[in-house]
Amino acid sequence: MGLDTLILLSLIVLFLPLAGFAVLVFFGKRLPRQGDWLATGLVTVSLLLSLVILFARLTSPESVTAGWTWAQFGGIPGIGEVTVELGILIDNLSAIMLVVVALISTLVHFFSMGYLEGDVRYSRYFAYLGFFTFSMIGIVLTHNLLMMYIFWELVGLSSYLLIGHWYEKKSASNAAMKAFIVNRIGDAGMFIGIMIIFVHFATFSFDAIFSAVAAGNLPFESQAWLTAAGVLIFCGAIGKSAQFPLHVWLPDAMEGPTPVSALIHAATMVAAGVFLVARMFPLFTADALLVIAYVGAATALLAATIAITQYDIKKVLAWSTISQLGYMILALGVGAYAAGFMHLVTHAAFKAGLFLGSGAVIYAMHAALHKQHDHDTDAQDIRNMGGLRSRMPVTYWTFLIFTLAISGIPLTSGFLSKDEILAGTLAFSTLNGHWLLPLIAFGVAGMTAFYMFRLLILTFHGKPADSKRLSMIREVPGVMAIPLIILAALSTFIFYSFNPLGASSGWLFQALARPASVVPEAFAPATWPVFYEAISRVHTPVMILSIIIAVAGVAFAWLVYERRSVSADKMAGVMGPLYRGSRNKWYFDEMYEAVFVNGTLALTRISNWFDFNVIDGIVNGAGTVTRGVSKISGWIDNVFIDGLVNFLANITGSIGMRMRKIQTGSVQNYLVFGVFGFLIITIVLLSI
Amino acid sequence: MVLPEWLAEPGLNHFLVVSAVLFSLGLLAVISRRNIILVLMGIELILNAANLNFVAFSRYGSLSLDGHMIALFVIIIAAAEAAVALAIALNIYNRFGSVDVELISELKE
Amino acid sequence: MDLFAVVFYLFAILIIGSATLMVFSKNIVHSAFALMFTLGGLAVFYALLYAGFVAVTQLLVYVGGILVLILFGVMLTTQGYFEKVKTRTVNLVPATIFTAIVGVLLISVFVSTDWTLAPLRDGESTMTALGELLMTDFMLPFQVAGVLLLLAMIGAVLMASRTRTPKSPGSSYGSPVSSPDSPDSSSQSPDSSSAGEESHKT
Repeated sequence: MGLDTLILLSLIVLFLPLAGFAVLVFFGKRLPRQGDWLATGLVTVSLLLSLVILFARLTSPESVTAGWTWAQFGGIPGIGEVTVELGILIDNLSAIMLVVVALISTLVHFFSMGYLEGDVRYSRYFAYLGFFTFSMIGIVLTHNLLMMYIFWELVGLSSYLLIGHWYEKKSASNAAMKAFIVNRIGDAGMFIGIMIIFVHFATFSFDAIFSAVAAGNLPFESQAWLTAAGVLIFCGAIGKSAQFPLHVWLPDAMEGPTPVSALIHAATMVAAGVFLVARMFPLFTADALLVIAYVGAATALLAATIAITQYDIKKVLAWSTISQLGYMILALGVGAYAAGFMHLVTHAAFKAGLFLGSGAVIYAMHAALHKQHDHDTDAQDIRNMGGLRSRMPVTYWTFLIFTLAISGIPLTSGFLSKDEILAGTLAFSTLNGHWLLPLIAFGVAGMTAFYMFRLLILTFHGKPADSKRLSMIREVPGVMAIPLIILAALSTFIFYSFNPLGASSGWLFQALARPASVVPEAFAPATWPVFYEAISRVHTPVMILSIIIAVAGVAFAWLVYERRSVSADKMAGVMGPLYRGSRNKWYFDEMYEAVFVNGTLALTRISNWFDFNVIDGIVNGAGTVTRGVSKISGWIDNVFIDGLVNFLANITGSIGMRMRKIQTGSVQNYLVFGVFGFLIITIVLLSI
Repeated sequence: MVLPEWLAEPGLNHFLVVSAVLFSLGLLAVISRRNIILVLMGIELILNAANLNFVAFSRYGSLSLDGHMIALFVIIIAAAEAAVALAIALNIYNRFGSVDVELISELKE
Repeated sequence: MDLFAVVFYLFAILIIGSATLMVFSKNIVHSAFALMFTLGGLAVFYALLYAGFVAVTQLLVYVGGILVLILFGVMLTTQGYFEKVKTRTVNLVPATIFTAIVGVLLISVFVSTDWTLAPLRDGESTMTALGELLMTDFMLPFQVAGVLLLLAMIGAVLMASRTRTPKSPGSSYGSPVSSPDSPDSSSQSPDSSSAGEESHKT
């Protein structure tokens, strides 16, 4: 297949979902079935084409890139001539990611046809799904940082729209805003990082940046700047992949429809951060990689401890997603590039499956509760479930497979990738003594097995919370069951490696060779040359140990929740503060509330007090100056006070009334003040 | 009659001065007149002052034909703006029974 | 003092004089006609500056179009007799002082700045060059301007056609005819019955 054909195909893959979005957003309501078939069909075509691209890519040795000039600027101070290119880069990384995105998106489209049947904004939902798919594929295919950033924001936007799909619910619209704002914090860092690189290299293209750095051209001739740029770009990944300390948005994002959680907040968008790190991998210095590794480890540990005590089925999955993302970031940070990215791929399949499975459970619970005319019971609380195994066999068995996979039991895909990550961290620590990393990694593996089986047992095994309700539970329709079965099949080892005990001989692992670092040798990770050797040394013991830990976690969950030979309540009592901390997510939300929200409020109160005093003086002096000046001060007062009137109201009865009179509501007065400000600026500029 | 040179040979500055005066008059109309139609006329004056600057720079400065082009676009936009603004004025008149901007102080609340 | 200077000063006086008249006139119809002279004078200025096409457009669009539109506006928004045509001016003295300051500042900036001047070219017809620019470099703005005009037209028609009788307190036409409630207020309420049920499910 020619290279041009490949580029053309990838462009078609990119724009098909966008076409679906454009049609649905305008004509969705008028199409038969509100156009869901159109969106689903287009994404399916995208999936088939991306499979073609993947096979073409794997059979030819070199990566394909194509660029078109978008804009040309001359004579920018300090930079000179700049050409901004739009471009496409297809290498193994993007081809694999492309298939992951298109596959999960297609399955989620099918699942949503059942899950959202009869929704008020059914066509709007499918339109947004298409828009999200478009932006995500854009991230995957782009060959430069600028487009990456643009699509990055588009993905954030579509995530915002989809979390807030049921915006009548206050919690949903709040969660959407929280996700957007928290992401913005990370993106600000990423933007600064991109600009550091751009200001020095005058290009956004990955290839050009890498080759410039490889030639010894460091940003501002300093290794510190290169590290800083790397860490700042990683900030984008911290936001998008919900890494510590910006992890707080992801659990709240579960307010969106469950298929959206499966697509965006489990499989693809949150993995975009991992993809970004993988994409920029050659640029990171040893210091930056160490930061990445510790952030990943901290995230994995933190989220796993929280997941143990949650009762909302989706929240448990959300925290486990964060934990697994921490794993991926940790793997990339220690240099286990292929292992980290492979975990992204396998995790995408089984975590999307877990979310869709939980969606099926919620769907069935919701229908049963609806029949009982019970609108108070929470359809997502696992304490209200139990015993669902008998009524929902397909969901149960697929859910079991996904749970086995995420717990790292042999013969599953999760075992392969998790095993490689554990081996990577241990090898890393044998080389340079960061013992905390493998310790956390192994601990989290045990915890993952424990809390996932806790979830499974509480939901599907045991005594039902309400046997009458149980009898009303129905298995989900075929359009929802088939995606589950497909994902369950994809969670077995056979698709990734023919050897169930080692991934390193599988095609996926081979396709993901670690790119060579372009950083000058002195700052590059010293462990890399001997890393694979070290891995092969520790691989067998790690495998045995990881199986033991996973089985121990499963067995413990079995003892506590199925056999009930150890009381969970008693354990919680013994753990005391640890339990309460975990139950309350280590008080991160409260902490942010106290520090940032209340801090801002306190700041406004201080400025309020300041304004009030300054204004008071102006008001007293107003009698002597002309009426125009006093109007201006009144206008300033009103603008500053506007949001703070509530605080002022009890203190400033009389003065408040006086100011109210000064604000005329006349557009002309406002214009005068505007021109007056302009005058002042002009005079200041002239006098300089 | 012998005039000083700066007066006898109108150049760029002369046009700019006319434009500045026009701008000030337009501003005066916008801020002091109470009839919304007159406010609108003031805005037209301001736009024309800017236009005059563009064309003058196009002649004397190095703006070449771009200045003409921008002036044309300003005229186009002024036409659109006038149409919409008059529709708004009509609506305001229908709603409040007056076109006195002093009376229309809904922004106050 | 050549012909150019004579014409310049003549029309500068015309422009500024009629603009002043426009601003200070009590009668709004007078203001509108004064504006016509200002705009016409500006067209002459454009011609002086070798911008023939702009001058013609100025005449066509401003004098022929916008001014007529404004006159229509005057007629439609005044309540009949010529007493009402007169309008108030408020805060005239402070406003005049204020704008005078603005004007002086602008002029001082204009005069004191050392503009880079290009050598004067002989006047030639700019029409062809403008047309070419319009079809090449300014293609996109040109199209956008077309769309803008279309939108403005639609918007103006929509807004102006939504007629309601004024709640005018001082109108001498007697009691306002009560208009039937516009139907669009009821048809826009969302179909919220199924939304509440669906929103429990997440």
